[in-house]
Amino acid sequence: MNIMIVGVGGQGTLLCSRLLGEAFVAMGREVKVSEVHGMSQRGGSVVTYVKCGDEVFSPLVERGEADLILAFEQLEAARWLPYLSPGGRMLVNTQIINPMPVITGAAQYPEGILDWLTANVPGSVTLDALKLAEEAGSPRAVNTVLVGAMVAVLNLPKDVFETALEKTVPPKFLKLNKIAFEKGFAAVSR
Amino acid sequence: MSKALFSGNEAVARGLFETGVSVVSSYPGTPSTEITESAAGYAEMYSEWAPNEKVAVEVALGASIGGARAFAGMKHVGLNVAADPLFTASYTGVNAGLVIAVADDQGLHSSQNEQDSRHWARSAKLPMLEPADSAECLAFTKFAYELSEEYDTPVLLRLSTRVSHSRSLVTAGERADIPLKPYEKNPRKYVMMPAMAKERHEFVEARTLRLAELAERTPLNTTEENVNAKIGVITAGIAYQYAKEALGNNASYLKLGMIAPLPEKVIRDFAARFRRVVVIEELDGVIETHCKALGIPVIGKELFGYTGEYSAGLIKEKLLGEKPVTREYPEQTPPRPPVLCPGCPHRGVFYVLNKLKLTVMGDIGCYTLGALAPLSALDVCVCMGASVSSLHGINTARGADFAKSAIAVLGDSTFIHSGITGIIDIAYNKGVSTVMVLDNSITGMTGHQQNPTTGLTIKGDPTSSVNLELLARACGFNRVRVIDPFDLSGAESVLKEELQVREPSFIIARRPCALLKTVKSNPPVFCDENACTGCKMCMKAGCPAISMKKTAGKSKAQIDKTLCTGCGVCEKICRFKALMAIDS
Ligand SMILES: Cc1ncc(C[n+]2csc(CCOP(=O)(O)OP(=O)(O)O)c2C)c(N)n1
Repeated sequence: MNIMIVGVGGQGTLLCSRLLGEAFVAMGREVKVSEVHGMSQRGGSVVTYVKCGDEVFSPLVERGEADLILAFEQLEAARWLPYLSPGGRMLVNTQIINPMPVITGAAQYPEGILDWLTANVPGSVTLDALKLAEEAGSPRAVNTVLVGAMVAVLNLPKDVFETALEKTVPPKFLKLNKIAFEKGFAAVSR
Repeated sequence: MSKALFSGNEAVARGLFETGVSVVSSYPGTPSTEITESAAGYAEMYSEWAPNEKVAVEVALGASIGGARAFAGMKHVGLNVAADPLFTASYTGVNAGLVIAVADDQGLHSSQNEQDSRHWARSAKLPMLEPADSAECLAFTKFAYELSEEYDTPVLLRLSTRVSHSRSLVTAGERADIPLKPYEKNPRKYVMMPAMAKERHEFVEARTLRLAELAERTPLNTTEENVNAKIGVITAGIAYQYAKEALGNNASYLKLGMIAPLPEKVIRDFAARFRRVVVIEELDGVIETHCKALGIPVIGKELFGYTGEYSAGLIKEKLLGEKPVTREYPEQTPPRPPVLCPGCPHRGVFYVLNKLKLTVMGDIGCYTLGALAPLSALDVCVCMGASVSSLHGINTARGADFAKSAIAVLGDSTFIHSGITGIIDIAYNKGVSTVMVLDNSITGMTGHQQNPTTGLTIKGDPTSSVNLELLARACGFNRVRVIDPFDLSGAESVLKEELQVREPSFIIARRPCALLKTVKSNPPVFCDENACTGCKMCMKAGCPAISMKKTAGKSKAQIDKTLCTGCGVCEKICRFKALMAIDS
């Protein structure tokens, strides 16, 4: 299975891919996770890849290969669409973060991304993860909300992810993250 | 131990731990940084951030001579800085094992160039190993120490962004008990002056021959035969993974784990079995050139090129003529370049530099992002420390009047790394340049490493810190000023004064990075839409929290509350008092 997690540097995509990696390991799969560090983490477009299967060679998911793209932001969903496989699905956080060229007026933020995706990519799911994270207690928990949603979308074993959460999240924030995870899971299961 | 996910960098650190390394000295640089951050987590190893890579390699060399297994890690351009000790350490050889990891950045994810560090191994006559995943990172690191001690040589370990930053399964082991080796004075080996160095050069050449023999039989170079293979692929490192992903059982592979020196017979034997032999290696054609020099017909660079990252897709396209089925979003998606964070202290400085229309000799760090629109504040950025010395150069070329509108800006870590020698040059040679250190109390760009100005060690323990004011004075700068980058008018007047004087000035713009845990943010600024005229002056700050929004046909500034840290820079730029702190 090939999963891409795309978003904006600083949104916490890294934690999300680590969590997925840990969960797949617990499920006894061969796993590779590819991360980005350095410059693009400063508010740039970021992408991490999680691949699992019997044997994984390249750590990268390439064009036309992603079974799921988890997008933390709308524009990033549109940008990375060419990476989706023909039968692949999208899980999109409805949040909008304007990139600098849009802020300065050098470019336009495309309108109607969500509608287009829902109409043209069968099985796409959208949710307002920021709102759910705030309800859970912190806007920073967006990533965990989205992990919860993804577990529901891909029908993955929930308990494995709960254990992975305990392994990756500092104890201080565990309760908050568990609530966020549940909210994401419930939002998509409905 | 059971299997666990390790990044390549974490696996190298684990390898250091397991093989009994006890001294680690590095300078941060993406994608190599986490090796040393991770090493610092093992109490058994002494780990430090050195002020630059040259110092790091010298510390590691000293430790090796002193009998301890030692390590230095850096990014590709870091090895340029450390090249001087590297070349002569090749002559001295080691006492206990010495390994230097160097991480290339194919695709320039976070670098100023895309050089291929394999050339350093060839020219310094050192063996170089290249792992292709995390398990190999651990195994090759351990092997490198055996190699180092057996052949009396420093060993280079070549990594790359995708190996360093990919996580894959690793079986970790226990730490070996490696006692400190005895140290004996041995000037013929360690005092490199002509008479002794001549002898050691003979040794180096003989060692290279022995290493070339090793390359023919080392288990690090493996062949993988597939019965249906129509082509033979010679490859190494991450490129092997791409090749294998793309070609699977349709090719046979010679995967080189030891990439310097390269074997001859192994390659000849492999190549002889195929009608078509393809070399798949990112960046320069090092293996390809070697093959061609041996008269072995191969292709590689003419298919795949010298720039950027390779991928399985590229290999499929070039060798199998296959292209993926993809769909596109119907509209253009605007790019999302990285930006200075909301609340970043560098922003105020660049706003003022722009206002004063200065020529800005830039440097490497978060503040390099000041080069992007709308700040567009930098004229030049080359390598760490170059801001200072190249300012002296341009001012010398264009004269004292030009110097009144030119400045160098560099970060605290960069200044310590290689800005100090530049300011000494300015003072000593009667220059008039104005140098500004952007002191945000951390090494920001590479992800928050401590440095000699921050007062904390890599482990977070309190330590001495460099006093930049006194340092500048000691170097011969009589004019030393400290400004607060959030105080725009104060910064402007100090800059104007210091640029006017016909002597060198040193300005420290001091305010900690907004992302530091110790920095508390203020309540967000809000926009009074009645007062806002839509003049867009605030947009010149290039803050991701500010945008323009149309309300009732008029365009007004709008602040994103979730991003704004209340730094107040926009408040000071606004001439209509439309942007205000919430509590006022
Ligand atoms: C020779 C060399 N070593 C390491 C790096 C990686 N690197 C880029 S910027 C930087 C340090 C930035 O820190 P600082 O100067 O304090 O500025 P900040 O990012 O905090 O604004 C480092 C280590 C490099 N580009 N060149």
